[in-house]
Amino acid sequence: MSLHTLSLAELAAGLAARKFSSVELTRALLGRIAASQPQLNALVTVTAESALAEAARADAEIAAGRAGALTGIPLIHKDIFCTRGVLTTCGSRMLSNFVAPYDATVVARLRAAGTVMLGKANMDEFAMGSSNETSFYGPVRNPWNPALVPGGSSGGSAAAVAARLAPIATATDTGGSIRQPAALCGVTGLKPTYGRVSRYGMVAFASSLDQGGMITASAADAAVVLRAIAGFDPRDSTSVEQPVPDYVTELTRPVAGMRIGLLREFFEQGLDPENERRIREALAVFERLGARLIEVSLPSIALSVPAYYVVAPAECSSNLARFDGVRFGHRCAAPRDLMDLYERSRAEGFGAEVKRRIMTGTYVLSAGYYDAYYLKAQQVRRLIANDFERAFGEVDVIMGPTTPTPAFELGSKTSDPITMYLNDIYTIGANLAGLPALSVPCGFVGALPVGLQIIGRHFSESRLLSAAHAYQSATDWHRRLPAAYE
Amino acid sequence: MKREQIASIAHLARLSLTPDEIPAYQDSLGRILSFVGELERARTAEVSPMAHPLPGLTQRLRADAVTETDAHELYQGNAPQVEAALYLVPKVIE
Repeated sequence: MSLHTLSLAELAAGLAARKFSSVELTRALLGRIAASQPQLNALVTVTAESALAEAARADAEIAAGRAGALTGIPLIHKDIFCTRGVLTTCGSRMLSNFVAPYDATVVARLRAAGTVMLGKANMDEFAMGSSNETSFYGPVRNPWNPALVPGGSSGGSAAAVAARLAPIATATDTGGSIRQPAALCGVTGLKPTYGRVSRYGMVAFASSLDQGGMITASAADAAVVLRAIAGFDPRDSTSVEQPVPDYVTELTRPVAGMRIGLLREFFEQGLDPENERRIREALAVFERLGARLIEVSLPSIALSVPAYYVVAPAECSSNLARFDGVRFGHRCAAPRDLMDLYERSRAEGFGAEVKRRIMTGTYVLSAGYYDAYYLKAQQVRRLIANDFERAFGEVDVIMGPTTPTPAFELGSKTSDPITMYLNDIYTIGANLAGLPALSVPCGFVGALPVGLQIIGRHFSESRLLSAAHAYQSATDWHRRLPAAYE
Repeated sequence: MKREQIASIAHLARLSLTPDEIPAYQDSLGRILSFVGELERARTAEVSPMAHPLPGLTQRLRADAVTETDAHELYQGNAPQVEAALYLVPKVIE
């Protein structure tokens, strides 16, 4: 039986019926990880021994009749989530020796649900990147074509699910880091509403934008995971006290009558014409299912990337100030004095992109430039959020492309930071406004997958997931596997 | 951006840069700042800045009660240099 192609519901049913055990499932996936690692480099750490122990415990729970929807299900955590007793590197030399002393809330909740951790996913350093090329642990490669990037920053998570190394990989999204790699790897990625999922134990990059979520093979699987991780956490001051709906039972909500907003601006800015055709075909599927298409406009959205590249670096420069070589993380050898210790530990511990963002942030926050850059960017952020609010007065969801093009070659966009930043042109708006958004595979350009993005109102994950589920019930793009990983 | 500006920002950010690293940052930071300079064209005279994406969310405070137990040994297991439960750094005061 090819266990790696089963959905979460099929896996839970198979485990319950003793068709296979969690230990067998875990062994099978650890085997796939070991075989893929030389080509994909999707994981930084493989926790084989503890995984088998967790799987054995899950099997005992199942035998005792205490299984939930996720008991015995293997997963991979993005290496930005703290995992007690396990290396948590954030893709950086700075944290290459950091063994987390506690679990992130996302990790703790999934552990309590009975999942089995196979290891930690590679990622862009401190989640800063769109190609997974900034990782201290080397780039991740795209399972559809190893000469290409998987996207980033959750590149390891997306590649792992695309190659079916695990049915679930946790991920985070500050400017598109779940949706963009999900699109480039042909998998489903959901960024929940800001505040929906606790950020406790998730290494901070830009705190007003960061949100944890997941990459899975389907929207139905994402619903199972979101149900387990969403909800209030007193340990995160931005966590929102709002009831968590049962995303799984609400999956079957019909899309008939749903008003879909087509963002005019998303179809104007450098969208690959073949990619556009796939998006239009996907929209036609929704029309057949009874949804209505309505054109909407967000006049300020063109400024989302510039606004983001002020706000995110500013928050990054402040968040990353904690890495001082004193309490944890990398320390340089033989510091002359305290200043030398700070400056050299940080210079050695951080890679070029992280330094670039810290310096950009330091500059825009510095005396004399604050109003011109930071304050202005926050005002533009308000304009963008207002645009979305206006659009959601007319439509239930907004749909469009996730990325301008399919996956690109390693090294092709590293010389100019702006070229790389523009990969996130369609995804950043949702982060600035704090909106939930997901990407589902919607076909191929040549041999490469592309994604359809669905953005919703605050806390409308259920609507996004049911729309994506309806689409995936009518199409089979999400079931296609890269030939090398069938 | 001038060399001195890059050196000064790097110092504010507590990052040591070697002289031959500076030109690359002059180039890339220059590009980034001219790119974000597009923000100038937005009309924002009456717009209040948005620091946080969720409307109406205020900073929550917790009760002033002890919730953590002492775990300094666990935490200091990650420290580069510790002695007698103290973090060691180069001498600051002569």
